Formats: sequence, structure tokens, C-alpha cells
Amino acid sequence: MARYGMVVDTARCVGCMDCVVACKTENNVPEGFNRDWIAYDIHGANPALHMEIRSERCNHCDNPPCVYCCPCGASHIHERGGVVLVHHEKCSGCKACMAACPYDARFIHPDGYADKCTFCIHRVEQGLAPACVSVCPTHCMHFGDIDDPNSDVSRLLLSRRNHPLVPQAGTKPQIFYLT
Amino acid sequence: MQELDITRGNHRIDPSLDIWGWEISVYLFLGGLVAGMMIISGFFLFRERYRDTRSTSTILPFLSMVLLSAGMFALFLDLEYKVHVWRMYATFQITSPMSWGSWILVLVYPALFLNMLVRQPRWILVRVPLFERWSEQMHRHPVGIRTVGVVNMLLGALLGIYTGILLSSFGARPLWNSAALGLLFLVSGLSAAAAFVHIFAPNREERELLAKSDNAFLTIELFVLALFLVGLITSTRVHQAAAMMLIGGPYAPVFWVFVVGLGIVIPLILQSLAVTHRIQHSPVPPLMVILGGLILRFVIVAAGQASHWTRAAQLW
Repeated sequence: MARYGMVVDTARCVGCMDCVVACKTENNVPEGFNRDWIAYDIHGANPALHMEIRSERCNHCDNPPCVYCCPCGASHIHERGGVVLVHHEKCSGCKACMAACPYDARFIHPDGYADKCTFCIHRVEQGLAPACVSVCPTHCMHFGDIDDPNSDVSRLLLSRRNHPLVPQAGTKPQIFYLT
Repeated sequence: MQELDITRGNHRIDPSLDIWGWEISVYLFLGGLVAGMMIISGFFLFRERYRDTRSTSTILPFLSMVLLSAGMFALFLDLEYKVHVWRMYATFQITSPMSWGSWILVLVYPALFLNMLVRQPRWILVRVPLFERWSEQMHRHPVGIRTVGVVNMLLGALLGIYTGILLSSFGARPLWNSAALGLLFLVSGLSAAAAFVHIFAPNREERELLAKSDNAFLTIELFVLALFLVGLITSTRVHQAAAMMLIGGPYAPVFWVFVVGLGIVIPLILQSLAVTHRIQHSPVPPLMVILGGLILRFVIVAAGQASHWTRAAQLW
């Protein structure tokens, strides 16, 4: 069984936001909302400051609190690749999933249901990469099966230092950032 | 140093989570208040106080149903997809505290209705004579009435704890992530309920009993509140930052003045003087307790949404 994940090379990401535009176009994300975004993380002590630019989105966690807290069964783990999705027709808009997400990756769609990144599962099922990955001009984003040791993402994770976001929250996020 | 800038800007997410407003605070408060009223009215049934027609137990279950319905209406107003409210009752999600709460509320109504049947106010009997017949049948089985009392107390405790567990299950919000929150909301609900019943209790004996109980609940609430803060302060850095929002941060003035001072300590002193007959009983201390309980929910709901794993460093 595949486990889909993403690897973002922060040494290559320039924060051009092509991934953001591609996502909005592909998924018809309403104006004023984003399923993915760019984070500029500046840390260190002056003058030895370091800036990490990251393309962020739902982390499709292995231990997803948004799924466990949903009272309607709308938030669920898709049978293919462990992707976390929302059945729009089951969602009551209670916002429990938004409170449960340590990444604030969800929002309420103007139609009333909780919305978020789907890893473009409709494209992945056709053998295509997610829209954000396919348009990246610096090829800093990689998508694939993390459980397959021969996949691009697994090889990158073995060859480079990397970190997920907020691992201490215990949600086992499936997006990793190469440093 | 660390500075995190993001380009997201999603409505009600950025710059900090603001998804739950007055509706959820009011719902949690009314849920806690009704939970306390169920425990008190259940206790009155168990002790057969319903035999005294001047007892507040004649009106408590009916009032509880009205207040709970108002709370559930506030919850309904909070839903973003209101026509899908029935979806919560199309499934039971064992890992979701909100799902547990939805089904507990379904059990609470029949328990309150049975409680109400034992002794109803005259104006209800006049309008629905059928209730009188059912009530007569219940009075032939005193053990059954005591069982209804016990069921009301148990469901009241479940409802009160649930209002706190609902928030404490969200690990993503460090301020809420404390097991003490369930107990805090239960005790706060009990103190608000004792104060609420105290205001309209017609006989002196019941007023004295409720004021004494309220003093005990307020004292326990103060200890649980301290336990809640100590638990956060002795935890991780993000939990410490969350506790600091209440202790010395942006929510501190409201928390110390309205929740601790005017909501617990001062009414506790005034009611202690009243039960030792140094001053007259007055509705002012109970009103302060009720408002303190309401403001506690507002502060916890708002500060909890502002507490965060990644923004903790910026909150100090």
C-alpha cells in the first residue's frame, strides 16, 4: 500500500508562489483563500541569520487529529496513499477540524464546508503529479510514495538532512523539508 | 531569534485562529449551567425534595430544557453548513468528543423530561393534563423517581465534563490541552447552577443550602483553576506561553478581574458572610458567579484559539 508524501528542497525554493497560483487554478480555490502558501522562516542570531523559504500546505498526517475529531465522518483518510480528504456533502461546518490542525491548513469554503489541500488526488489517480509540483520552476518539490525505498522522495530523504513541521505536535506529518 | 512570515491570509485563520465566537462560549456556558442544574435537581429528586411544593425542583427540569435548547440554538448558529446539522446524528464517531457530546445531548432531553414529569409547575399542568396522569403513575414508584434522580446526576456530570473535554482534546491549541479543563468546566457549571437556583429559591432553607453548596463549588473551582495553570506552567514551552496569556498576557486583565476576582473570590467572601448570618442574602453574589462563569468560557475560548505551537515564541 502506497503512502504518499512530499519533499520540498528549501535550498532551491525561491518563494515565487507559482505553486500557490497553480493550486488555485487547478482546484478553483475561491478568492481570499489558499490551500498552499509560502513561509519565510528567519532564525539564528545576528549577523548569522538564516532564512528558510518553504512551500507549505496540509501535511496529510499519519496521525491526523482533524480526522479523529470530526463528528460527521466527513474528514477521512483516503484508501489511496493515506491522503487526508473531506467529504464536502457530509461536512456540517462545525470547524472542529480547524481547531485540531496545528498547521492551520484548513479553512471554511464560502459554500460552508471545510476545505484543504488534497494532494491533487484527482491528478495523482491519473498518474500525474499534484499541480503545485508540476509547475515548480526550480524543481524544488517532489511527490511520491514514501514507503517505496526506490521512489524519488525516499531517496532524497535518505540523502539529505530534512525536517517535518512541528513534529512535537505528534501528528506524524508526511511533508518533509530538505535543508 | 525567530521570525515567521507567511503569505496565507485565510479568513478567520490568519493572523490567529478566530473560528469560534460568542456562540460557542454561550453554548459551553449554558451546557455547563444545565449540567449543574441536572446534578442539583437530580439530587433533589434522590432526596425526595419534590414532595415539598415550594421546592425549586418543581421548575428546575423545565428551565434546564429551555436553557439547553438556547445553548443548542447558539451551537446551531455557529455551524457554517447549517442544513447539514443532521449529519452529526447520521453517525457516531467514537474518537470525536463532539460526536459524543451530540449523542449525550440526545439522552439529556428524555432524562430532563422524566425529571419534569415528577412535579411540574401549575401552568404546565393546566395546559397539558396528560402530564398529570403520567406524573401520578410515576409517584406510585418512588424507587423509579430516585433512579431518575441518579440518571439526571450522572448525565449532568457527563454533560459538564464533556464541555471541557471538547476543548481539551484539541492538542493543536496548547491552552486547551489540559485534562483539568473538563473538571474546571464541570465545577464552574455547578457553581453557576447553584447560584442560578439560589436567585429564585422561594424558601429560606433551600437558599441556605444552595449558598453553602455554591461556596464549596467556588472553593473547588479556585483550586482546579490553579491546578489548570500549574499543569500548563510545568509543561512544555508552548504550554507555558499559553498559560502566560492568562497570567500576565493580553487576557490577564479580564481573567484576573472578572473571572477570578468578581466571578469567584468576592462572591465567595460575600456568600460566606451571608451563610454565617453576618449579612443578608442578596442576588448580587450569585449574579457575579453566573457572569464569572460566562466570562470564563469567553476567555478560555478566545485565548485557546490564540495559543499555537509555532507562534508561541512571539507571545512571550
